[in-house]
Order: sequence, then C-alpha cells, then structure tokens
Amino acid sequence: MTHAAVTHHTSMGLDNRKMAFWAFIGSECLLFTSLISTYLVYKGKSVVGPYPPEILNIPFTSVSTFDLLMSSLMMVLALAAVQRGDMKWGKIWLFSTALLGLVFLGGQVLEFTEFVHKGLTISTNLFGCTFFVLTGTHGAHVAVGVLWLLTLWVRALQGKLGPANAMTVEITGLYWHFVDVVWIVIFTVVYLIQ
Amino acid sequence: MSDARGLSSWLTTTDHKRIGLLYFWTALAFFLIGGIEALFIRVQLAQPNGHLVSAETFNQLFTMHGTTMIFLALMPLSSAFFNYIIPLQIGARDVAFPRLNAFSYWVFLLGGLLLNASWLVGPLFHAGMLNVAPDGGWFGYANLTERQFSPGPNIDFWQLGLQTLGISSLAAGFNFIVTILNLRAPGMTMMRLPVFTWMTLVTQFIIITAFPVITVALVFLMFDRLFGTHFYLTSAGGTPILWQHLFWLFGHPEVYILILPAMGVVSEVLPTFARKPLFGYPVVVYSGILIGLMGWGVWSHHMFSVGLGPIADSAFAATSMLIAIPTGVKIFNWVGTLWGGDIRGTTALHFAVGFVAMFTIGGLSGVSHASPPADLQQTDTYYVVAHFHYVLFGGTVLGLFAGIYYWWPKMTGRLLSESLGKWHFWLQFVGMNLAFFPMHFIGLLGMPRRVYTYAPELGVGGLNLASTVGAFLIAVSILVFLLNVWHSARHGRAAPNDPWGGATLEWSIPSPPPAYNFSVIPTVTSRLPRWKTEHHEAMRDPPATPPAPIHMPGGSWWPLVAACGLPVMALSVLTHTLWLVFAGAAILIFGIYRWAFEPFEV
Repeated sequence: MTHAAVTHHTSMGLDNRKMAFWAFIGSECLLFTSLISTYLVYKGKSVVGPYPPEILNIPFTSVSTFDLLMSSLMMVLALAAVQRGDMKWGKIWLFSTALLGLVFLGGQVLEFTEFVHKGLTISTNLFGCTFFVLTGTHGAHVAVGVLWLLTLWVRALQGKLGPANAMTVEITGLYWHFVDVVWIVIFTVVYLIQ
Repeated sequence: MSDARGLSSWLTTTDHKRIGLLYFWTALAFFLIGGIEALFIRVQLAQPNGHLVSAETFNQLFTMHGTTMIFLALMPLSSAFFNYIIPLQIGARDVAFPRLNAFSYWVFLLGGLLLNASWLVGPLFHAGMLNVAPDGGWFGYANLTERQFSPGPNIDFWQLGLQTLGISSLAAGFNFIVTILNLRAPGMTMMRLPVFTWMTLVTQFIIITAFPVITVALVFLMFDRLFGTHFYLTSAGGTPILWQHLFWLFGHPEVYILILPAMGVVSEVLPTFARKPLFGYPVVVYSGILIGLMGWGVWSHHMFSVGLGPIADSAFAATSMLIAIPTGVKIFNWVGTLWGGDIRGTTALHFAVGFVAMFTIGGLSGVSHASPPADLQQTDTYYVVAHFHYVLFGGTVLGLFAGIYYWWPKMTGRLLSESLGKWHFWLQFVGMNLAFFPMHFIGLLGMPRRVYTYAPELGVGGLNLASTVGAFLIAVSILVFLLNVWHSARHGRAAPNDPWGGATLEWSIPSPPPAYNFSVIPTVTSRLPRWKTEHHEAMRDPPATPPAPIHMPGGSWWPLVAACGLPVMALSVLTHTLWLVFAGAAILIFGIYRWAFEPFEV
C-alpha cells in the first residue's frame, strides 16, 4: 500500500484492530456453529406444521442471496476505491453496499411476515424456533453492518474518511464478507438441503 | 500508575494497572460474598435435620455460591493479574485497546451487581420473600429452568447476569490475544514469553471460543422463557439434553479457563523461589496448549448418567483419561523445578507448593470420574463436590493466592507480612483439607449433592460437622489475609523494584510502576532476561526517569456509558418492559459512537 495508514509497530506485523477482528470472527464462527447445529439437530423433529418444504420460498431467497453476494462485490470495490484515494467512487460503493444490505433486510422482513401469515411463528414448532433465531441472529448482524457502513458513508460525505482510514474500511469489509459467508452456509443448510 | 486522583479519574481510567486493581478489589468483594454463602451452606449441613435456612433459600445459596465463585471471583481475580501483569511481563505500556479494557471491567461489575441484586429485590417482583436469587444450580439445567418450573425472576437474573458477564469476558479475550501477540517488546519471541503470559493466551483463546456457545444456550433459554419457544421442551419434540450439550461444551473448557491462569502463576513463583529456570519450559507451554485443545473433546463426561450410549461414553471416557496426561506432565515439571533448587520458603512458595499437591489430589479424583461405571456411582454425590473443590480451591484459589503474595509488592508498592502470610497459608491449607477431604467419604456413603438436609440414619453427621469446621477455618484464614492487607497498607515496608530476585520484566521497574511502565522499552535477549545464565548476561534495568517525555492516553467516560446500556436491557427482560430494551440499546450505541469518534491516541 502506498498511502500506508498510520499503523504502530506490532510484533506480528498485523494491525491491532485487524487482528482483534480476526479473533472476533473466530468467536462468531462458534456462535453461528452453535445455532446451525441446533437447527440441524432439530431438523424433522417438529410435531406440528408448517414444515419447511411447505413454507420456504427458494426462488425468493435466491434473489436475496444474490443481492447479498453482490453487496460483497460492492464492498470490495469500496475498499479498492478508498485505498487508491478515489473518494467519489468510495462513497458510491459504500452506499451501494449498505443499500444492498438494506434490500436483504427488507427481503427478510417480507419473508418473516409471510411466514407468520402462513401460521409459522417463533413459538409454533421446533422449525419456527430454530429458523427464526438462526436467521434473525444473522439479520441482526446484517443490520449492524448496514449501520456501520452508513456511518462510514456519512464520514466520507463529511470528508472525514480518506485513504488514511483504509484499514477501517478493510475491517468493515472483513465483517461484511463474514456475514455474507455465514448466509451462504445458512442458505445451503436451511433452504437448499431440505 | 497514573497520578490523577479523585473518583472521576477511576471512572474514566484506561490504565491497565488501575483496571487491574479495580478487578482485584471487586473480585475480592465477590469472593467474600461467595464465601459467606458457603458458610451458610455448611452451617445448614453441619448436623442432620438442619434448619438454618429453608430448602428454597438453600437452592439459592448453592446456586449463587457456584455462580459467584466461578464468574465473579475466580475468573476476575485471574483478570486482575492479566490486566496488571501481562503488559509488564511483555514489556508494553498498556494493553492493545485500553478503552475496551475499561469496558470489560464495567460490564463485569454491572453484571455482578445485577446477579447479586437478586438477593434483595423480591418485594419488587411480589415474590413474597426478600431473596429471589437464582436457584437452578450453576449449570442451570433445563427444563427445571423453564418458565413452567421456575416461574419467578430467579432464573432470569441468572441468564441475564451470565450473558452480561460473557460480553465482558469476550471483550477482554480479544484484547488480551492482540496484546500478547502484538505488543511484545523487541526480542520477546513467543518462546521467550513468561509462562503466565502463555497460559493467559491459551485461556483467552478458550474464552473467545467457549463463551459464544453458552451465549447461544442462554439465548435459547431466554426465548423459551420470554417468547414461548420450545428449545428445551419435550412437549414440542425438543430435548433438555440440548441444554446439557451446549452448557458442557462451554462448561468443560470453562474449568480450564479457571485453572490455566493459576498454573501460569505457579510456573512463575516456583522458579523464582527455587532460583532455577522452569524445568522443561517448552513442555509446559505445549502441555498448556494441548490442554486448551483437548478441553473441547471431553464435555460429555459430565453427562454419563444421561445414557448417551456405549460408543459416546467410551469415546469421552478415553479423551477424559487422555487429558490427564498433559496435566500430569506439568506436575512433574513443577516438581522438577523445585528439585535441587535453592529454595526460599516464602508465603508465595507455600501457596504454589500447596497448589501442586492439592491439584494432584483433585486431578486423581477427576480421573476416577472418567470411567463411566465409576462415574455412575459418583454422579450427583458429594464425591464430585470434593473433586471440584480440590481442583478449584486447592488448585485455582491456592494458585491465585500464590500470585497475590508474589505480585502484591509490585501492585501496591508495599510488602505483605510474611509471618501473617504463613498463618494464612497453614490455616487455609488445613481448613480446606478438613472441609473437602471428608466430602469424598460423604459422597461415597451416599449423600447426594444439593440437598438442603439429610437424615441422621445416613450416618454422615460427624463427617459433615468436620467439613463445616474446616469451612470456618478457611474463613479465619481469609480474615488473617484481610488483616495482612490492612497491616500492609498501614505499616507495610515499601517494596523495592524487585523484592524476590525475579527473572521477568515486571521486576525491572518501580513498585508500583509509573503510568508509562517502562521508561525505555527493553530489548529482550533470553527467556529469563533479568537472570545471568550460562548463555546470557542479566539485562540492565530501564533508567529511573525516561530520557524523553512519554505520551499516555487520557481517560474516557464512554466505556462506562456504553456498559450502562447492558443492565438497562437486562431490566427490560426482568420487568417485561419493551421500551427499556430500546433505551438500553440507545445508551450502548451512543456510548460506542462517542467512543469511536473521540480523539484518543494510543
């Protein structure tokens, strides 16, 4: 990196915040592993419906998944733009990432509402419990990410975010890509392998 | 330490030494509360048909005794040393994230207060009694903890308290991993790290992987109780065994979170007072890492009585026996360190040697649980209580007291009395054996755990009385310790930089250290930098005054403000008041934003 961000000397040569974030992501893996394992352990154990095949809308969720994947692409472009000091495109890509995140959240709201109308609430059966807590926890992570991205975008509009903050954007990206990867696993385990 | 005075300088402090002291005094206070709970339990059980407390209060006492000792006394006492000592041992000026460190402390304090508030707030919940403390055991087995069987706020205090404390531990975990890996002084390679620092690193990795699991388990429980989900309810096809798996997936690594720091302390104390390098340093380090990894593969030995089947039982029996090997290896390393050493019998050494002996007894009874047929006889009896008190009291508490006597001069600038210290040690050593050894027999004779009384026909009255006498001896020993603390504060001799002839960096600077710790960051060339060995000269200690001014970050209010959001959210769950959860979240987010955007140069 030519515009090296202001980093202190560290023993491992890795930025402190970035290392902390990798540790955080490691910890988050265990969180989602516990949730996904519980989903799998209780799969097919519901004693009353609605059951997953009756209610999961794979085409709709495929679009949401594609949307979230594209947001990861926007994130990569945002980081590249900030690193090369192109704040005009930096702002555009940051906002696009957040917007696609919001679209995903909107999709989740629609999906949850539809499920409730079809009689699946969090307390209906084991599928409802495990599904809503797993996807809801993921959705909360996306919401935090959107808030974070919008904060960076506002800072960029104010002119307070530049190449010197590339590490901040990179860490935001780490989080965003992680949340995206978790969704790929959830989409596969919950929706595709029924 | 920072020179600023006044309450606000403590509320806003980001100095790792001050935060270490805050952890120490808070944990000591909770240790005394947990100890008083234990005395109530022992008085109740001193004779058959005891009637000091009701069965209901007894359930609260043993639940809060366990929860307090584990989460509010022993873990934070270890944290006190992580905070105070780790930056000094690796040659750093502070931890990697000083404000996150302050946040961890405040969340711990508030979580501890939240849990203990349950002793006094019964009338607010129209409970008909003063105390509505958690009463489901420290393991909180579902489905006893479900709304149907525990309708009061007791279990909510417990699950909210533990979720809050988990956030504190996780934040500290990330902080110390980065601190130890990234803030080492030049030349301080990983295989030159002091063993206490190494064991802390392993502990932090266990924390950041184990705590998410119990968080999920607690969230399921909270949803079951609040929103009518069925995670642990058989009526909807679920199973309470899920709780047991998730809890012990966390719970077994948790016992290594409790013991590894004490093992680290002992690995510092023994070499110093034997005037010998630790015998087999790499083996001690690798054994610690191995314990951390294998700790993840033994959890179902807590569940042999569930009936998971012969294959699962055999596999977990084998792993549980295997994990005794790296632990046993360390025992030999410590004995080998003392062997042929130039031994000075300080109080710290007494506690460290006591640790090795008592932990060995606890380890041996532990291996006996690894065999499922034997375990089926022992499970839910006092034999198990004997085992884990030898490990957690004989092990962790003695080990941490070794650390207290060893590092007290560094942390306070004053020496403790050695003669009072010896009184403390012998009273505690005799007391703990009198309290906990008879429990092996009480258990094998058939007395179950967690019963509030027993019939005289069981024939364990005499043994129980002996155990109670032992518990009071321990209480007296703690009073002697408090007397020693008071004496040290009033009349203690000022501590020099290095009262013990220690080999590690913390002894090269004043006691207590200045705010910046090291006037000049040292360059390390060996594992024992301050000792002259065959291959190395001793290092030169940093000069008394820094050659150039050293900038240290000022304090911040925002970690405290952010931390205050969490108990507000907890209150929302306790009182079923929706708007409070938004208020709490708003405080948390406000605190985090101010924290993120305030000028704070590390």
